[in-house]
Amino acid sequence: MIRITNPKDFWAGALFVAIGVGTIILGSRYTLGSAARMGPGYFPRILGILLIVLGAVLALRGTRTSGPPLPRFHWRPLVVVLGSVVLFGAIVNWMGVALSTVILIVAASAASREFRPREALIAGVLLATLAVGVFVIGLQLQLPIWPGQR
Amino acid sequence: MELFSHLATGFGVALTPINLLYALIGVLLGTLIGVLPGIGPVATIAMLLPTTYALQPVSALIMLAGIYYGAQYGGSTTAILVNMPGESSSVVTCLDGYQMARKGQAGTALATAALGSFFAGTCATVLVAAVSLPLSALALKFGPAEYFSLMVLGLIGAVVLAHGSLLKAIAMIVVGLLLGIVGTDVNSGVARFDFGIPELSDGIGVVVVAMGLFGFAEIILNLESTEQRELITTRFKGLWITREQFKLAAPAVLRGTALGSVLGVLPGGGAMLASFASYSVEKKIAKDPSQFGKGAIQGVAGPESANNAGAQTSFIPLLTLGIPENAVMAMMVGAMTIHNIQPGPQVMTSNPGLFWGLIASMWIGNLMLVVLNLPLIGIWIKLLAVPYRLLYPAILLFCAIGVYTVNNTSFDVMQTAFFGLIGVLFAKLECEPAPLLLGFVLGPMMEENLRRALLLSRGDPTVFATRPISAGLLAAAILLVLVIALPNIRRQREEAFQEA
Repeated sequence: MIRITNPKDFWAGALFVAIGVGTIILGSRYTLGSAARMGPGYFPRILGILLIVLGAVLALRGTRTSGPPLPRFHWRPLVVVLGSVVLFGAIVNWMGVALSTVILIVAASAASREFRPREALIAGVLLATLAVGVFVIGLQLQLPIWPGQR
Repeated sequence: MELFSHLATGFGVALTPINLLYALIGVLLGTLIGVLPGIGPVATIAMLLPTTYALQPVSALIMLAGIYYGAQYGGSTTAILVNMPGESSSVVTCLDGYQMARKGQAGTALATAALGSFFAGTCATVLVAAVSLPLSALALKFGPAEYFSLMVLGLIGAVVLAHGSLLKAIAMIVVGLLLGIVGTDVNSGVARFDFGIPELSDGIGVVVVAMGLFGFAEIILNLESTEQRELITTRFKGLWITREQFKLAAPAVLRGTALGSVLGVLPGGGAMLASFASYSVEKKIAKDPSQFGKGAIQGVAGPESANNAGAQTSFIPLLTLGIPENAVMAMMVGAMTIHNIQPGPQVMTSNPGLFWGLIASMWIGNLMLVVLNLPLIGIWIKLLAVPYRLLYPAILLFCAIGVYTVNNTSFDVMQTAFFGLIGVLFAKLECEPAPLLLGFVLGPMMEENLRRALLLSRGDPTVFATRPISAGLLAAAILLVLVIALPNIRRQREEAFQEA
């Protein structure tokens, strides 16, 4: 039974091994070729092996050295921040910059412990005006301002 | 002299109204994000890259470069006034700068930092111009084997001089190299690691990776911490530097400039390393080291000059060899590629206006910073009063619009969110994202040079060891790893980072 005494090193190592193995499996479809005439699979294969070796050493070190436990994952900021951005990306083209900005700002603000809905809404409206002014009118980026313009 | 005619060309380009305008925008934005914690130059450059499509390449690069060194000025302002480093390169400035401010010498500290930075920036600009000619000439003689070895040395050097676990950093480089080769292979036309997604056959964008790892992840991690920012307003009493202070500060500026210029050129160097190194040097050679941490003017003058010199000279490897040595320079590679300029020694001859214009603009930008920064301090301080709960959604918005407009697809936004998730995961495992970005940018170039080198040698891998320059470069890389792996040196390195 191995004991994980340095979780950060161990899990980082495990992650690198996993990426390395994944690379080699996915890359097995590509022609290897020879050193003189490398196929598309050659360089990824080298990198995959390198990553497995590095990851294995790191993981091994995770069972030999001691280190602090893994820090906690805080789900709220992670999910809310990334979720609101993805939402923005999905709706901006048909809802327009103005409304999507308000939605993004209000949604993203909820990630903070000090979320104040009314303040977020005001910030959203101000930033929407700014975004339309700077990006659509000023920089002429190809984005609709209102819904149904595309 | 040839150098002066080149510089004249450069100033001719940099002094056109449009380029002056973009230099101004760059340094102002740089100062702004330097003042604001939680957003650094890498994320800002990523954010602004898409908006530079329509610009002339030289204007775009002038603006983006301005962000980097402008951030050094902005970072020191907040370090001195509110004991909060806006940028990692001004962490050490807090130590004595803030103490000076508490003694009512905030103005003196700010003036010392600004003038020291300007002096350093001027020297470094001349150095960049002077070193570029011979280095480019040398680099043009490099074959694929030399280039491959140079990149290995560059990548290894970049992680050896950075802090944190060496093993993790090297693994992060490899992950970056792998991400870099996603997309259609130029030689065979095979779409690699595209997971059947057509958008990925063009590869992953540098904006996507940088914004995810440096922008989104940073915001998420900031939101996790409960730490409250406190605003301490310090009184301001003129910008005078007394004769005694000048006598102490001037040599520190000179030493900081020299140290910063050298460390800036080294792979992995740049502004942060330079400022840390300068602080420990100043503390070691000071007549009265006990003054350090209590408002020693050398502790502001040295590191502030060093970080600006380092920020500037870190352009040398990029401009002459085409090799980025830190994450910001990796973004500059991305910017050049977007504008169809292949970074490398040929830029100087094929695109002299761009090359010398960029160098000249650095000096102009520094001048703008000195002139503008001190009067604008009041505004920057007011900005600091904006609470983070209002700041981060705005940053997210600019990031999201920036990423979306690269290709006008929501797929890019999703990819960026994915890299944000990866960035948080890596941060929890204490894996630095900077080596990954370097590897990502260098990935395709490295594969191409490896291929060519081995094609020329008919598959004989000893070519890297038998060609003298290549062998020397590889030996240096191996030496670096061995040196850092020795226990007592590793301990010293950790101490150096802790002390600062």
